[in-house]
Amino acid sequence: MNTHQFEVVVVGAGGAGLMAGLYASRTAKTAVISKLYPTRSHTGAAQGGIGAALGNYEEDHPEWHTYDTVKGSDYLGDQDAIEFMCEEAVPAIYELEHMGLPFDRTPEGRISQRPFGGHTNNVTGKPVRRACHAADRTGHMIVQTLYQQCLKNEVRFYDEFQVLDLLTVDGKTAGVVAVELATGELHTFHAKAVIIATGGHGRVWEITSNAYAYTGDGTAVVYRRGIPLEDMEFFQFHPTGIYKLGILITEGVRGEGGVLLNGKGERFMEKYAPTVKDLASRDVISRAIYLEIREGRGVNGSNYLYLDVRPEVVNKYAAIDGRTNPDGSAYVVTGEQILAKLPDIVDFCRVYLGVDPVTQPMPIQPTAHYTMGGIPTNKYGEVVIDDKNTVFPGLYSAGEVACVSVHGANRLGTNSLLDLVVFGKYAGLRAAEFARGADYVPLPADPTAFAREQFEGLRNGSGKENVFDIGNEMKKVMFDDVGVFRIEAGMKNALDKVNELQERFKQVKVQDTGKIFNTELLNAWEMSNLLDMAEVTAASALNRTESRGGHAREDYPERDDQNWLKHTLIWKEDGKLKIGYKPVVMTRFEPKKRVY
Amino acid sequence: MDVTLKIFRYNPEKDQKWHYETYVIEAEPTDRVLDLLEKVKAYNDGTLSFRRSCAHGVCGSDAMRINSRNYLACKALVKDFGEKITVEPIMGLKVIKDLIVDMEPFFDNYKKILPFFINESPVPEDGKERIQSPEQRARFDDTTKCILCAACTTSCPSFWGSDDYLGPAALVNAHRFIFDSRDESASERLHVLSETSGVTRCHTTFNCTVACPREIQITVAIGELKMAMVTGKLD
Repeated sequence: MNTHQFEVVVVGAGGAGLMAGLYASRTAKTAVISKLYPTRSHTGAAQGGIGAALGNYEEDHPEWHTYDTVKGSDYLGDQDAIEFMCEEAVPAIYELEHMGLPFDRTPEGRISQRPFGGHTNNVTGKPVRRACHAADRTGHMIVQTLYQQCLKNEVRFYDEFQVLDLLTVDGKTAGVVAVELATGELHTFHAKAVIIATGGHGRVWEITSNAYAYTGDGTAVVYRRGIPLEDMEFFQFHPTGIYKLGILITEGVRGEGGVLLNGKGERFMEKYAPTVKDLASRDVISRAIYLEIREGRGVNGSNYLYLDVRPEVVNKYAAIDGRTNPDGSAYVVTGEQILAKLPDIVDFCRVYLGVDPVTQPMPIQPTAHYTMGGIPTNKYGEVVIDDKNTVFPGLYSAGEVACVSVHGANRLGTNSLLDLVVFGKYAGLRAAEFARGADYVPLPADPTAFAREQFEGLRNGSGKENVFDIGNEMKKVMFDDVGVFRIEAGMKNALDKVNELQERFKQVKVQDTGKIFNTELLNAWEMSNLLDMAEVTAASALNRTESRGGHAREDYPERDDQNWLKHTLIWKEDGKLKIGYKPVVMTRFEPKKRVY
Repeated sequence: MDVTLKIFRYNPEKDQKWHYETYVIEAEPTDRVLDLLEKVKAYNDGTLSFRRSCAHGVCGSDAMRINSRNYLACKALVKDFGEKITVEPIMGLKVIKDLIVDMEPFFDNYKKILPFFINESPVPEDGKERIQSPEQRARFDDTTKCILCAACTTSCPSFWGSDDYLGPAALVNAHRFIFDSRDESASERLHVLSETSGVTRCHTTFNCTVACPREIQITVAIGELKMAMVTGKLD
């Protein structure tokens, strides 16, 4: 029997998991398990920046950051949690710097900041420089720095261990089951507290910026154990993915002055967001791109547009906008500066498109990007399982997998990195504190039974169906029908299709009968997770008869605060989906029309 | 176009010895070699095993030998290799299964150079950031790009021929901290690098620099470390 005992077990080693592990391990015996080597985590793919009102270039306040986030969330974010995050942002950034994170610097040697979508000076409504950045690899520097600090503090890692099940007994957390990739052995981690930090599930969609690893493992595992998921209809489509490939082109490109142009060469965002234009919220811009394409203004009649950061174009529109440097001089960039500020973007375009962004515009289309919904938690990372926010003892969650909710119906750029640093820390602290006052819940008699049962199913199917075909059909229908724009018939079609695919999935048979690195078996299991995520996403979306943030319905084009200013909760009970609701926490900001 | 894809195969639970399998795969010139591996796994042989995650060159999972040189499979496009492509595991680390190698010795070397920021002095009284000029920041910018993919280390003849050479990736990460004006433990790290397993094993073959998918000037960085050891100066 491979049984381990730790007071706190963290599942996932991206930004949230590492932060949780770092803090929990200070006072509790802690292990971090991850299916990837920690530095491979998808946090490392985050590019443009992490938001905090440091005010290093110009006036800014956590209150402004709070309001922008509430507005960005289309008023679905919980305002107590948002205020907490935006206040905590400032010390969190300084803490990362003290850990050695190599932020870019201002001429005075302070942390450099750039504008980002939806972040504004609340008095003028103009974009404010709030995104703290390390070139266009801010997430890479965060995951590296946190992993390094974990090594320094001798945090115990189980690298390449994939979670398969959450163990609960009488409504209390008892641990997790994981498979060791190198041996195929199942391991039981007996724990007082478990922190789920496994990231999102953007591989549900055809065009995606998300890693292969983003298969919703943690979400699926807790969902199968009867924990509800919150606001799953809200998924972010980032406006600027590389055409066809979906690879992300950071909003930082527009922060540095890049503009979106349609097939006629028009800067169309002036029409949709007259004040902040290309720096509107992501949901607003993704919809604008779809509308331009639908009206025949794609490039060469095709379904893509241009993101243009050529210096002459940046300088032209900066002059029109009257954009200035912090010292008041006119904003002018050179090709060398573009390359220095956005080296990875330039590299991606050269490699995958054969396009040099310094001399050519980049073909882009919206790409599936971020899971706003997820495992419901409060602002301390405690998992809450009903409309009264009842805490599930010993269970915590943080980062993209969790729904606090600070992002509501639409996340602002830079707030994902902030989310995982702030809530990863508090989940770690709370879990360790809980462990101090709690005993181990005895393990169930056969802890690996459910994990084994799921694997058996994948090994013993008829073999009539192919996992990849099922996956491709799911991705296509979800991108077409539960994407940027949605309508009842489409969402019904998607839900039916996903249910059909779930049935067909039972006919899958994994060829690889071995134990060592049986990636075929694990990929098939991941597909079962994605199918569950697709199902709850389509069902939650179909249920919400309004448009809000990332959930844009053509049959219900307006926000409906009367009926829908509430979070969705979704469970599976006896094989059937059950939907419930819980109120949004409002403190200072009354909902009003959202205009950029 | 059809690509003839020859892949190194080894299943420790079945095979006495490694061998190659050849697959003819339909591909677009802009496909990534990783896409071809995914196709083989989907429709030819589900047992084919390799690591991958981000698929756009930032997570460092899929370093492989492609036509005898190290690349990330997700940054290697078919059009740059033509119709015959051979894929093998990176060299110098034990093959576990197919294209998957044992990464533990690689990470063990990384851990030896104290790969974490060390500054035990009090933080500024206002609790804000430590000051670092843009020039000081630029001094180690290149080596902050490392994604620990091991493409450099496993292209290095000195690493292949040695049981204990730290290898270029560990040196790159040592450089990242040694030349960070805020860090206080350059001398400890230089001491580690001065041992026989350290920088003296670098014979400037430039394989690492050629292999690096992040275009880090690794040989330059190692040269700066050698210079720092000789002169005791960090500027």
